[in-house]
Amino acid sequence: MKQQNLTKTLNPAVQFLINYAVPIIFSILVAIAIPLSGLPGDYLVREIMTRLTRNSFIILSLLIPVMAGMGMNFSIVLGAMAGEIGLIFITDWQIVGISGMLLAMLISTPLAILLGYFGGIVLNRAKGREMVTGFMLAFLMNGIYQLVVLYGMGNIIPISNSDILLPREYGIRNAIDLVGVRGALDKLISLKVGGLLIPVVTLLVIAALCMFIIWFKKTMLGQEIRSVGQDNNVAKISGINVGNTRVLSIIISTVLACYGQIIFLQNIGTMNTYNSHEQVGVFAIAALLVGGASVKKATVPNVFVGVILFHTMFIVSPRAGKALIGQAQLGEYFRVFVSYGVIAFSLALYAWRARVEKENDRRKAMVLKREILQSTNPAGGE
Amino acid sequence: MKGKINNIIENVGLPRIIIFFFLVLLFALAPIVGISLSISINDVIVRFGMNGILVLSLVPMVKSGCGLNFGLQLGIIAGLLGAVISIEMEATGFAGFFMAIGIAIFFAVILGFLYGALLNKIKGDEMVVATYIGFSSVSFMCIMWLILPFKSPNMIWPYGGTGLRTTISNQGYWFHILTDFLQIKIGNHIAFPTGTILFFIFLVFLVWAFFRTKTGTAIVAVGSNPEYAKSCGVNVDKMRIISVILSTTIAAIGIIVYEESFGFIQLYMAPLYMAFPAIAALLLGGASVGKASIKNVIIGAFLFQGILTMTPSVINNIIMSDMSESIRIVLSNGMIVYALTRTMRERS
Repeated sequence: MKQQNLTKTLNPAVQFLINYAVPIIFSILVAIAIPLSGLPGDYLVREIMTRLTRNSFIILSLLIPVMAGMGMNFSIVLGAMAGEIGLIFITDWQIVGISGMLLAMLISTPLAILLGYFGGIVLNRAKGREMVTGFMLAFLMNGIYQLVVLYGMGNIIPISNSDILLPREYGIRNAIDLVGVRGALDKLISLKVGGLLIPVVTLLVIAALCMFIIWFKKTMLGQEIRSVGQDNNVAKISGINVGNTRVLSIIISTVLACYGQIIFLQNIGTMNTYNSHEQVGVFAIAALLVGGASVKKATVPNVFVGVILFHTMFIVSPRAGKALIGQAQLGEYFRVFVSYGVIAFSLALYAWRARVEKENDRRKAMVLKREILQSTNPAGGE
Repeated sequence: MKGKINNIIENVGLPRIIIFFFLVLLFALAPIVGISLSISINDVIVRFGMNGILVLSLVPMVKSGCGLNFGLQLGIIAGLLGAVISIEMEATGFAGFFMAIGIAIFFAVILGFLYGALLNKIKGDEMVVATYIGFSSVSFMCIMWLILPFKSPNMIWPYGGTGLRTTISNQGYWFHILTDFLQIKIGNHIAFPTGTILFFIFLVFLVWAFFRTKTGTAIVAVGSNPEYAKSCGVNVDKMRIISVILSTTIAAIGIIVYEESFGFIQLYMAPLYMAFPAIAALLLGGASVGKASIKNVIIGAFLFQGILTMTPSVINNIIMSDMSESIRIVLSNGMIVYALTRTMRERS
């Protein structure tokens, strides 16, 4: 009975608190941590701007699979890997600047499509547990990525630039200096406002992607994806090929994640060949959830609220940890804990609510059935 | 004939067959590249003893329908707490070992109860939530290892540092307490860890016996058909919580046995991914998301540890580079992905 009350008879304010529990808790945490860290405001703003341009694109890539009812796409890591392979090639060929970056995107697009297609098929076979499967798929592909990049590149796949090869003549080094494309997009046109450097082009690209996603929702395909997300069976009856639509949404997501990773790495300027992609999924998903998204509903505003809140926490937590306990390490652990914890908390909260709602629907249906029976029975009796 | 082979492949599962033949190939190649077979097999047995209990710990939750325990780290944390507290209290020998286990069980029951109660609220989504429960509790414990008031100079950072070290040696406390118990030595290189294996068999027997009691049968009923179990008057939620407590407790014991044999207690981020090899081993042994038995545990742990032992030595000798880590990642995670996609096909 207590459970039933939770979603049915609550007043709107409490409902709001439950819906936005994660962003609210996070805002409070951030509000406590900022003064503790003692970081100056202009530094914070500068850092947040950097994080915003760096991370928004890849988080936006998560939205379409949510629309398709597939939950958080943990397999965006596959797209990130594709992007990194593109970057390895252009670094090898020493093509620099914006043309190098565009070429990297061009090379990695077919790879991302292929990986997305593969991922989509795997996830279709695991309906109802897409998230955990996508998550394990990312681990599996990480192993294959290692085999290709650490053992295949330089002997099977020709790499001529010895700067990026390990001393043993094959396999790519642990870290690649992306000096050629560092800031290629960010510094193409940049505006200086006060002490703040605004990377106009990157922001425009992100804005364009937001527009694209909003527009995409309204297209024929977008509508199909949304109806698949709402109810597989209804979509099937109305003539939509559910399986294909789901694969397509994963392909789009993977390709966007691939571009997102390239944008991320051109901002950072160095690439950890074997680690850069590992945490992409976790951080992107945690940020999106912090922004108030759920497994069933994620919007463009969620992305930006999420990036700002989540990354502010990232910036201030080491300093806050140091101020609080005297150890910066504590803050490091705290932010890892927060990323994982946020995902655990939101997924659990959502799954719980979904179950309670389902139970309520069932009860409602039973009550309705009883009422119908009662109203028809006496009539039939007389 | 062809149909028969297809049938076998369908029943056993292609990945298992590939991995099995891969292991056979490794054993066949071992003498050719100059690796002693008897030492290799001994290594496999030692590692089997180290990891077997962790694999066993997954069984109760699969049986009760909670799926693969991706939150195994919770049990590991309980085990780690038991281990560090026993060292803090300077308990050595068998007393120390069983004290560690006793404390670990205490924490495991509490954590398992909370974990089980949570999993009851989110039926159907256990695995993905459990994964992140596991991850977040490991990272939460990272903070705790730093700030908990441990004093033993063998465990905290030297030179006046605070917090526990990342790896703590249990040498001088209960290192190899089981491994050396009734150990059978053949020559200089072969040492059969009788104590570890006996302890494993003892726990296997307990689990086997438990599933023949009334409660055990009720848990199996809950796992195979919760609606039916409910109509028979079984308290579904309670049975699930019991199975989760059991899984967590066995995992806590499992990590202590692992440390006893390994010689080190690994703290901080070390347990983060420990659930995956155990799950992969169970699946390799023939289990699925909804079905697991003792047989799966033994076959799986043996095959999986066989691959882990043989790949580095054999592959490194053949191609002179260490591909084993990548192969291990592909094999274990591939096995899990396969199992996750497989059950859904069976159902539809």
